[in-house]
Amino acid sequence: MERLHFATVGSVDDGKSTLIGRLLYDSKSIFEDQLEHIEAVSKRRGDDYVDLSLLTDGLRAEREQGITIDVAYRYFATPKRSFIIADCPGHIQYTRNMITGASNADLAIVLVDARTGVVEQTRRHSLLVSLLGVPHLVICVNKMDLVDYDVDVFNKIRDEFESFASRLDLRDVTFLPISALAGDNVVSRSANMPWFEGSTLLHHLENVYTASDDNRIDTRFPVQYVIRPQRADTPDYRGYAGRVAGGVLRVGDDIMVLPSGLTSTITGIDSPDGPMTQAEPGQAVTILLADDLSITRGDMLCRPNNRPRASQELEAMLCWMDDAAPLQLDKIYTVKHTTKLARGKVSNVLYRLDISNLHRETEIKELKFNEIGRVTLHTTSPLFFDDYHQNRTTGSFILVDESSGQTAAAGMLLSPRS
Amino acid sequence: MKSALRSLIDESVTIIREVAAEFERPAMLFSGGKDSVVMLHLAVRAFSPSRVPFPVMHIDTGHNFAEVIEFRDRTVRALDVQLIVGSVQASIDAGRMQDATGPRASRNPLQTVTLLDSIKEHKFDAVFGGARRDEERARAKERVYSHRDAFGQWDPKTQRPELWGIYNGRHKPGEHFRIFPISNWTELDIWQFVADYNIDLPSIYYAHRREVFRRDNMWMAVSPFMKPEEGETVSEELVRFRTVGDATCTAAIESSATTIEQVIAETSVARITERGATRADDRISEAGMEDRKKLGYF
Repeated sequence: MERLHFATVGSVDDGKSTLIGRLLYDSKSIFEDQLEHIEAVSKRRGDDYVDLSLLTDGLRAEREQGITIDVAYRYFATPKRSFIIADCPGHIQYTRNMITGASNADLAIVLVDARTGVVEQTRRHSLLVSLLGVPHLVICVNKMDLVDYDVDVFNKIRDEFESFASRLDLRDVTFLPISALAGDNVVSRSANMPWFEGSTLLHHLENVYTASDDNRIDTRFPVQYVIRPQRADTPDYRGYAGRVAGGVLRVGDDIMVLPSGLTSTITGIDSPDGPMTQAEPGQAVTILLADDLSITRGDMLCRPNNRPRASQELEAMLCWMDDAAPLQLDKIYTVKHTTKLARGKVSNVLYRLDISNLHRETEIKELKFNEIGRVTLHTTSPLFFDDYHQNRTTGSFILVDESSGQTAAAGMLLSPRS
Repeated sequence: MKSALRSLIDESVTIIREVAAEFERPAMLFSGGKDSVVMLHLAVRAFSPSRVPFPVMHIDTGHNFAEVIEFRDRTVRALDVQLIVGSVQASIDAGRMQDATGPRASRNPLQTVTLLDSIKEHKFDAVFGGARRDEERARAKERVYSHRDAFGQWDPKTQRPELWGIYNGRHKPGEHFRIFPISNWTELDIWQFVADYNIDLPSIYYAHRREVFRRDNMWMAVSPFMKPEEGETVSEELVRFRTVGDATCTAAIESSATTIEQVIAETSVARITERGATRADDRISEAGMEDRKKLGYF
């Protein structure tokens, strides 16, 4: 059985909580005590209906204010796949949380209210999905019951979205007409929309093809931890533990170590399941080499004829996440990139992106909370990286404020503009 | 083909290694409960053939199921790890707090004091816990790397965003992190791992006959620390435990599941969450867990 990690984006008004509630309820993933609990809370608050958002809004502050503040994770499974839902708040000021929830997602669901169509928030969310390189996007046109299940409404919204999305980097977009409240096309097919020939949302989630999402070509293995047991039964064991960030490593492969440039051959691959002959993207393994080289945490293994870029002068899309302090040019931050720590400073903001209309604003000297901009970053030592759109692991980094310790920004490395 | 369980194992092993690489003095909480047992086995696999490069720590309320303590000692010997015990009784004797009294007294909340004292005594800067996000509402919101200030407090409002697989463990002296490497596992995933890797668990996870009495709609086990009040009658029932914690706040469920396979079959059709079915401590208030976590609880 496989696992699909998806993010849902939108505000309560779009019916997002209802949709998640519907998926969980119809797949029998809501437990009786949870349901009793939210029924009791809804009743005590005097709500007319059971508020399914209480399932995910777990914090006191969220319940008091009736809003989602933080990403919540929910889990459910069908016989075909198991699912992790990252439920992201959709309010403008919570861009930070949406980026957090979508950074690991295989798929994102953006909700559109059939009555209002594509609005600024839809454009903003879709842009972030595109920026974060989420491989699959589902646009759920919700509340179709409130527009008489009209095919023209659905088609108009789809056309509107497509004309906007042509400027984005979205590889796979699916449109679904649904009613989360009435259950149309969520788990079971809608009798109210015979004109729609696509699959239901759950069927799509169970079957969307994700096997080609990983980069299986460019071998990248950031060394995380060196395993050297000091025990009599394994005197010569020296293994390099880490998680495969790209490509497939096989016993017998020639590899190169960066930054040293030394080469060797893989003689063994150990894993939590014991020895294996090859390691695939995402797997946590320990690599054994033929030669005794000096390799430490932060180094990277690759193939001699396929190396990542190496540079101390980088271009990146930066999402500013620190609500206490804006980006300061030339201030030194800690850079965490794969398993490597460096220090770095932003010397220039090339432009700030207005995420509601994609306009690029220049002459910018800082980035504030929730703002996104393209920047030049200088680091104290070279990073070994790929363009984010080639590899989400070797193409991403965070900036840490050295005095507060806060995660100040998330960055996506890009090829310099020619 | 990525199996769901294998990708969970990969994620957890990666987190455990990252902490061992980045922190000075990590420790892993180990109660003998199934989640901490699975977490410890993941740690063993993360560093094999080396030994696990940090100790395990049990915060002992003194109100235990005897089977669990026996299991704890047997397991640390078999897995060749160092065990540190933080004793709630010792904290009480040292005057750090007063024992809970009254007919329904539980030492469960007192564990926080002993936990924070032990972290300070051993200068731990990272403490692994076996909490899962599917267990409880507040836990569903917590990060994998969860920052604790000098008072051990969790502040849900200032949590650091956690993106991709990059974790930020930067902290000031005296602060520490709680690390939750099995955040994304569900109860069923835990049992699947126990089955696939043939993991030994305390016997009370499987159906057995035990003297119990009914309280708050739950079956509580009779023990030296847990006696029926007037009107509560003791009977012998076929039960097992879905969670294992302090004996005063962990309830049993009626079950005839004596094998892993039967437990998995039972768990897949369960209509009540494991904490909802068995944990008296979560029933205190709507945000019982959140409030305890803010004070430094697990």
